[in-house]
Amino acid sequence: MTLMAYLVLSSVLFVVGSITVLTRRNAILAFMGVELMLNSCNLALVAFSRIHGTLTGQVMAFYVMVVAAAEVVVGLAIIVSIYRARRTVSVDEPSLLRN
Amino acid sequence: MEAVVGTGAEQVVFWIIGPLMAIASLSLPLARKPVHAAVGLIFVMIGMAFLYTVLEAPFLGVAQVVVYTGAIMILFVFVLMLVGVDSSDSVVETITGQRWIAVVLGAGLLAVLLGVIVTANLPDAVGLENANARTNPVGVAYEVFGNTVFALELVGVLLIIAALGAITLTHKERLAAAHDQIATVKLRQRAYARGEGSQVLTPMPAPGVYAQHNAADVPALDPHGMPIDISVPRVLRLRGQELSPADVDGHVAQIASGPYLRPVSAPVEAEGADGESESGETLEQKGEQA
Repeated sequence: MTLMAYLVLSSVLFVVGSITVLTRRNAILAFMGVELMLNSCNLALVAFSRIHGTLTGQVMAFYVMVVAAAEVVVGLAIIVSIYRARRTVSVDEPSLLRN
Repeated sequence: MEAVVGTGAEQVVFWIIGPLMAIASLSLPLARKPVHAAVGLIFVMIGMAFLYTVLEAPFLGVAQVVVYTGAIMILFVFVLMLVGVDSSDSVVETITGQRWIAVVLGAGLLAVLLGVIVTANLPDAVGLENANARTNPVGVAYEVFGNTVFALELVGVLLIIAALGAITLTHKERLAAAHDQIATVKLRQRAYARGEGSQVLTPMPAPGVYAQHNAADVPALDPHGMPIDISVPRVLRLRGQELSPADVDGHVAQIASGPYLRPVSAPVEAEGADGESESGETLEQKGEQA
């Protein structure tokens, strides 16, 4: 029964992460929300790996981790360069393409 | 089956760490300061490492601590410091009711996910005892380097490209050649030769009366006890915030008004009570002007 509890926790964390992405204006905070969502997916994958008794889920979680590291590096570099150009990290401010 | 999965110890660990993680994760949408949210996320990630270990995945637990807490979150905090720690989020909504829409959508997503999980016909957990027969890291290694070698190579390429991309994105073109120390000194000498720039070639005397008063708005005293005006930072002088040594209490004022004081322009014959009182007056006048 506890394995279902892991899945419940994982979906709660996923929802919190997605609400963060939807509401937060600070780009860094929105990005942290994405990280939380990736983490919760990892938890579900590891739990499923144990349910099925194979290591495939853990390997998938491992790859998710590596790709998340690459994604964070590029994303934070983009945020830093936007901050350098516009002096803001708000996701609302750089709306130059609107007009 | 329950003997393999969900033993008492595991239940205890889960029911302590799980709710704490859920509460800590709430700091992400709710915390006003980004640093608090970062700390909450770090707590969630460390808790996740505990849960991995409990879930018979110790390799992933260690990797979680090393990769997520050790690298990714440090990177986040780094960028937070770079951007400014006190940049709190604006509360103004650009789309009206965006927050409530987000909460309703989140609640809907949670309802859907929980509905699926609760109603799903999950098989009894097999447990990883067979798969982890040669310890978990070895099992994961066989899986990674045996069945998914190509994916591993691709991930390696991805990491290299990401590193290159980060370097390219944050690289700053230098618009002019950097001034080294020699170039700075030569510029200064040329300005001095033209009669521009500062009055002295050597570094400016430091403000403050040495070892007596160390505030930046008090000029240094020369060997005669006269204040050296250029020792006070230019900005303070322009603002008129310069103090005269006579305004400073204690020993400095004593020096500035007392027997050590000699006017620089009047060399030798100005010894005696007259010269001292004169120079003391000029000093006080200067202080009033300032």
